[in-house]
Amino acid sequence: MTSKLKLAFLAGALCAATSTAALAGARVDAIKARGELICGVNTGLGGFSIADSTGKWVGLDVDVCRAIAASLLGDGNKVKFVPLTAQQRFTAVQSGEVDMLSRNTTWTLTRDTQLGLNFAATTYYDGQGFMVAKKLNVKSAKELAGASVCVQPGTTTELNLADFFRANNMQYKPVVIENLAEVNAAFFAGRCDALTTDASGLASVRKNDTKTPDDYVILPEIISKEPLGPAVAQGDEQWTDIVKWTVFALLEAEEYGITQANVEEMAKTSTNPNIKRVLGATPGMGKAIGLDEDWVVKAVKAVGNYGEIWTRNIEPLGLPRGVNNLWNKGGLMYAPPIR
Amino acid sequence: MAMPQRTTLSPTRTTRRTFYDRDVQAVFWQVVVVGLVVGVGWFLVHNTLVNLESRNIQTGYHFLWRESGFDISEFMIPYSAASTYARALVVGLLNTLRVAIIGVALATVLGIFVGIGTLSQNWLLARITMGYIHLLRNIPVLLQIILWYTILINDRFLPNPRQAEPLLGTYLTQRGLYFPLPEGHVAWLAAAGAFVAALVLAWLLDRWTTARQLRTGRRLPVFWLNLILIIALPGLAWFLLGAPTEMSMPELRGFNLAGGGHVSPEFVAVLFGLTIYTSAFIGEIVRSGILSVSKGQVEAARALGLKEGMILRNVTLPQALRVIIPPLTSQYLNLTKNSSLSVAVGYPDLVSVAGTAMNQTGQAIEGVSIIMIVYLTLSLSTAALMNWYNKRRQLVER
Repeated sequence: MTSKLKLAFLAGALCAATSTAALAGARVDAIKARGELICGVNTGLGGFSIADSTGKWVGLDVDVCRAIAASLLGDGNKVKFVPLTAQQRFTAVQSGEVDMLSRNTTWTLTRDTQLGLNFAATTYYDGQGFMVAKKLNVKSAKELAGASVCVQPGTTTELNLADFFRANNMQYKPVVIENLAEVNAAFFAGRCDALTTDASGLASVRKNDTKTPDDYVILPEIISKEPLGPAVAQGDEQWTDIVKWTVFALLEAEEYGITQANVEEMAKTSTNPNIKRVLGATPGMGKAIGLDEDWVVKAVKAVGNYGEIWTRNIEPLGLPRGVNNLWNKGGLMYAPPIR
Repeated sequence: MAMPQRTTLSPTRTTRRTFYDRDVQAVFWQVVVVGLVVGVGWFLVHNTLVNLESRNIQTGYHFLWRESGFDISEFMIPYSAASTYARALVVGLLNTLRVAIIGVALATVLGIFVGIGTLSQNWLLARITMGYIHLLRNIPVLLQIILWYTILINDRFLPNPRQAEPLLGTYLTQRGLYFPLPEGHVAWLAAAGAFVAALVLAWLLDRWTTARQLRTGRRLPVFWLNLILIIALPGLAWFLLGAPTEMSMPELRGFNLAGGGHVSPEFVAVLFGLTIYTSAFIGEIVRSGILSVSKGQVEAARALGLKEGMILRNVTLPQALRVIIPPLTSQYLNLTKNSSLSVAVGYPDLVSVAGTAMNQTGQAIEGVSIIMIVYLTLSLSTAALMNWYNKRRQLVER
């Protein structure tokens, strides 16, 4: 119930918000004045955003927030994480309760337009898959006719699921539960034959939420494109730019071999003009985006480059880098040049 | 108002009124209050629209006519992912009504038994029912719903449909109850209609018999007559239209049982949770209601030689009802509103469906307003119905 109350409250906050027009840079000024970035994250998805045993938030989505806090405020720890359910997340951005959303959220046209959001970049190229119990002997998602499928509501997953079964002329029975832990529990109890969400999410659930991961298999079909990335509210272009280019900077850093360990060294000694520009040894980039010249140094210092973030968070789930590799290593990760 | 008195006392007031005049003040404050309410309302609506506009968020209810694109697990009217959002919301509303109406009926019956039980002379029964009340009304209803759901879907308690053995064609599995249902045939429909007609006839007969008894002192064996009526009329309709006996039996097809009727564990978990939680409160209300009837009433009835059952039905309960009905109405309203907890276990009630719709369209304000209006309407209609019933039950002063 609390999540519903919260949603109603956020809707109310939308009504009561008093600023009549968002000015360019207003959000950036507000974050600086507050000295803290407020970042909406998942309530608990291993590898992306989850509180560890000491209560510290870890994961790929979390590290994106930290990188942006570092480049803007100079400290990757100046972030307040607000865990949001799938249903709360957009209202939280719209009402301004969070500065940005970094919560394995799929970039779609309607969200980018009707919801008043701006998606800044893609931090993870995902796709929707199915997980089933091994003993069912299912080899393909096309064999799932008549199955009960566990799914979270209010996600693109739920829509893709309906589309997939409609397109293949198959029937299914959805079991729709909002709470991630509850829907996983229902699946492992046997209420559903299949669990569906993004393939990365399935890997995370299989690793973290059952004692017998070997009893479950993830089916080979990927039934949708799910580009996941951070989103901000429309109306503050400077803020959108900062989020966008900090993500790009993490990719550029990996491309140029700039790591958490060597970033300060490289900023001083590198002779490569690209690296000098990215790291602010050649000034200009920071001024252009409205940040200190060493904004990338701070971001990489805080969380490492994109590859390091991946190794730390996603590799333990057993997921291959695949399409999330850099463009020059056969993947889709391609940052526009910082110049 | 005091106007006529004052004006007659001082006629000069009609031409020159000061601010300290009571009527002037009354009008003044009413204008101020109404102005404030309208002003705040206008401010909120205007501010919302301006802010949504500036944030480039779409507004309005047009989304209701767009294709929803998501499936719902249980529906009482035809629904698919190709249906509109409006239809999805109606499906959700019907699911809310289904669980609320059945829940109210069951909670009332259970609550009355529990309430009477607490006053029983039987020490054990009285203790058990008191324990029931105290245990169940102090455990949050959300926990109870989740507990029921966890039990119902656990394969340690109930088998998977693939392993389940039928009992008289009925399967009780971790995915719900599957039972045989008569194949669609006009005779069954006619039988259902005849059943309703028989109930109405039985009620009329009962009224007529009572009136006759009051007049002549003789009573017909109305219970047996009615029983025969209620059984015979539907049976006759069914027989005359061909006496079909084909049944749709549930059977294993692929992953699940198909055919026949199905009750989902989500529905049962919500129904059990709401019914049992509310019945504990109703039990207390019934107990206090019965205790409020003065002892002399029962003693007088005993002195007249009435049987204990008759005393309860004809003397105690009718008087207790006057005390019971108002708080009972609150419990009905609570049960209906608590059904929004369905979302925790995935029963597609109105709040659950509206939540999905809100998230798919991003139109939270519109969605929340629809939920609010629907619950307000449900609550006000329940209250109106119960108030009407309460009026009828009030003691007529002589």
